[in-house]
Amino acid sequence: MDDDIQHRLDTIAPLIVDGSPHAVALGFRIDRLTPGKAAMSAPYSEALIGDPETGTLHGGVITALLDHVCGMAAFGGLGAKDTPATLDLRIDYMRPARPGQDIHAEAECLKSHGLVAFVRATAHDGDIDDPVAIAQAAFMITRASKAAQERAMKAMRGEHPL
Amino acid sequence: MSRALLDTLMTAPYVARFGVRLEVKGTELTGVLPFDNDLVGNPLIPALHGGAVGAFLEIVASGSLLLSQPLQKLPKPIDVAIDYLRPARAQDVYARAIVARSGRRVANVRAEAWQGRTDAPVATLHGHFLITPESSDPAPVQR
Repeated sequence: MDDDIQHRLDTIAPLIVDGSPHAVALGFRIDRLTPGKAAMSAPYSEALIGDPETGTLHGGVITALLDHVCGMAAFGGLGAKDTPATLDLRIDYMRPARPGQDIHAEAECLKSHGLVAFVRATAHDGDIDDPVAIAQAAFMITRASKAAQERAMKAMRGEHPL
Repeated sequence: MSRALLDTLMTAPYVARFGVRLEVKGTELTGVLPFDNDLVGNPLIPALHGGAVGAFLEIVASGSLLLSQPLQKLPKPIDVAIDYLRPARAQDVYARAIVARSGRRVANVRAEAWQGRTDAPVATLHGHFLITPESSDPAPVQR
């Protein structure tokens, strides 16, 4: 069962960033993906600074990274077949990220049953025991319509805009 | 209001990168997140990335805090809870925030984002922000 899921995760892994324009825009990388667990990172970029005085990355980068990595853990936790949508996302910002440091995030699906998955994640800038932020989120499976899927595949091949 | 800090908030590279605008009319602030393909999280639906919508709500919450009173520094988020009510479609997003309570150190803010209709919000945010009001006592001396 887990082997099947792992196989589907491996197949879809290249699309997890490349298939999401916002993840591409923020330069996300996928580090690890196993059933119910995911690790991703966001490289430091001056174009994504939130406070010019301190040079720290904007909280939005961490929000998006945590949402994305939680979504991936939920996707694997729910069997790696359907796209999960975020129901809610709660983030505690423990401390500012250090300027110049990449952000790493690790997520774990705590429980999933059919339609809903509960996920917890940690974001850090080098030491996971000294996190920048922690998150807890709930996801629900959505089934995109066939027409919407075909439209999206065409858009991703550059055949027509979304 | 903290006009200079509002400018700092809006000219931050991340905020400028995604084209967020704050429209101020008197004491009321409306945030605008113009649609951009770089905001799309899931092209299958297509829906905007939850992180992009969450970040936008956070910016509008900070902007509303800066508009409501003079602060010495940009508000720093302590925690945020975002509820996603509907997929945010490939269109502009708008948001407004209410400062529920503003103390000497911490402010409690609620924000709501919508697209077509204000009565059909796509996401809401509830968060606490660390603030430094100009009138507050100086920070305790570090020893």
